[in-house]
Amino acid sequence: MQYQAPTTVESAVSALTAAEGDCHILAGGTDLLVRMRSGMVSPAAILDIKKIAGLRNIAREDGGWRIGAAVSCAEMGEHDGLGSDWPGVVEAANLIGSVQIQGRCTIAGNLCNASPAADSVPALVAAGATARIAGPNGTRETAVQNICTGPGATSLGKGEFITSILLPAKKPNSGDAYLRFIPRTEMDIAVVGCGIFLTLDNEGVCASARVSLGAVAPTVLLVEEAAQALVGTTVDETALGALAAACSSAARPINDKRGTIEFRTHVSGVLAQRAAKIAKKRAGGSS
Amino acid sequence: MSNIHVTTSVNGDPVEFLCGSQDTLLDVLRDRLGMTGTKEGCGTGDCGACSVTVNGRLICSCLMLGAEAEGSEIGTIEGMADGDALHPLQRKFIEHAALQCGICTPGILVASKSLLESNPEPTEEETRYWLAGNLCRCTGYDKIIRAVMDAAHEMREAS
Ligand SMILES: Cc1cc2nc3c(=O)[nH]c(=O)nc-3n(C[C@H](O)[C@H](O)[C@H](O)COP(=O)(O)OP(=O)(O)OC[C@H]3O[C@@H](n4cnc5c(N)ncnc54)[C@H](O)[C@@H]3O)c2cc1C
Ligand code: FES
Ligand code: FES
Repeated sequence: MQYQAPTTVESAVSALTAAEGDCHILAGGTDLLVRMRSGMVSPAAILDIKKIAGLRNIAREDGGWRIGAAVSCAEMGEHDGLGSDWPGVVEAANLIGSVQIQGRCTIAGNLCNASPAADSVPALVAAGATARIAGPNGTRETAVQNICTGPGATSLGKGEFITSILLPAKKPNSGDAYLRFIPRTEMDIAVVGCGIFLTLDNEGVCASARVSLGAVAPTVLLVEEAAQALVGTTVDETALGALAAACSSAARPINDKRGTIEFRTHVSGVLAQRAAKIAKKRAGGSS
Repeated sequence: MSNIHVTTSVNGDPVEFLCGSQDTLLDVLRDRLGMTGTKEGCGTGDCGACSVTVNGRLICSCLMLGAEAEGSEIGTIEGMADGDALHPLQRKFIEHAALQCGICTPGILVASKSLLESNPEPTEEETRYWLAGNLCRCTGYDKIIRAVMDAAHEMREAS
């Protein structure tokens, strides 16, 4: 196996494009090294992106935040501005694994690993985040929800990789939240995850909303009906009831050792209600 | 397979090593540098026995390649005591009998030191969350938590 650590995006793209056989991007390595050790993958080459200038920064852009693909989740948690604009995204990123894992793992790696239960992805989808992708034909941008196409599969083409993720400018009176259910209190994989972003108008009426669910389908779901259940309401008990019903009916989970279909379907609605209350509070709404 | 030449510092001393591209930092520490204080429990990031710091940040050395360590500062359990003088955390672990088989202990000490550097006055809850990535199959954790809280207290008094 070859180990390469290019210092520019261009040389990384050339190396990826020229690679014969499996060339894997290495960000934090908290998924890749585990899969290599278990023999699930045996790459011909590994391309470490952490030495590429600019990929380790969190920078202001058009009022939002651009997060380099090599920024660890711990660094996101330590950044003041990012956490006050997008607390839900930052909390989701810091639910991943332990302190040790958070010191290494990235949100782009969480996304590209394409686990249906990835914690940061529903939060990013709810926030309306976009990914910047470098490749042989230059740079393109796409919404985060277009990246995963199924468990372990992404829409990235040969020679392409994510260089950064952009969280849009936070609107006034808006707030986001992410909650997951796990049987333990730490170090476990989401049985259900739910991300919610909503905006209130001056009267406290919900003007727009985005609701996402993780771990209940092959990819993270953006649930339009759930958003519609909130828009035009004050996010009161009636709206929360409709939100829960919409989420439970959108969930298409599987049975496994961590949860049954019935349980996951129910918990989708419960978590959505709780996350909506937190998002509403963060948007400045009265509880 | 060609070896990769890596220049780092370990516990403040300059260290150079050769490693294979697949070797983890844990493999390098134990098998190339003979520093066997860092333990391997699972090799998959779950148990924390392999905890070290890299550029001041706590990580699992089983989930980092040796090659990635180029230019970085590594801190291991071997750097914790000052000569024969044990670090307060080490002393408190002995006083509180916070270990039995001892496999988890180096990792827990390194992780606890890292906690107290960023938060000298952690609550018990914060301590338990911080150490959630360090598994111990012997002690039941209670004595570990008491030892860390006591060491934190002593270190605050001393400073
Ligand atoms: C003990 C433990 C606990 C964990 N707990 C959780 C948890 O609670 N929740 C959770 O969601 N996950 C969890 N994980 C999984 C993992 O930590 C996360 O998915 C993490 O975010 C992966 O990021 P990384 O940077 O380490 O990815 P890597 O391992 O470096 O990469 C993951 C995959 O994505 C590809 N990739 C990485 N970056 C890019 C990029 N920029 N462009 C294109 N492809 C890329 C890699 O080639 C690889 O296939 C856990 C893992 C461990 C070991
Ligand atoms: S050996 Fe690294 S976490 Fe278990
Ligand atoms: S003392 Fe044996 S695992 Fe902790």
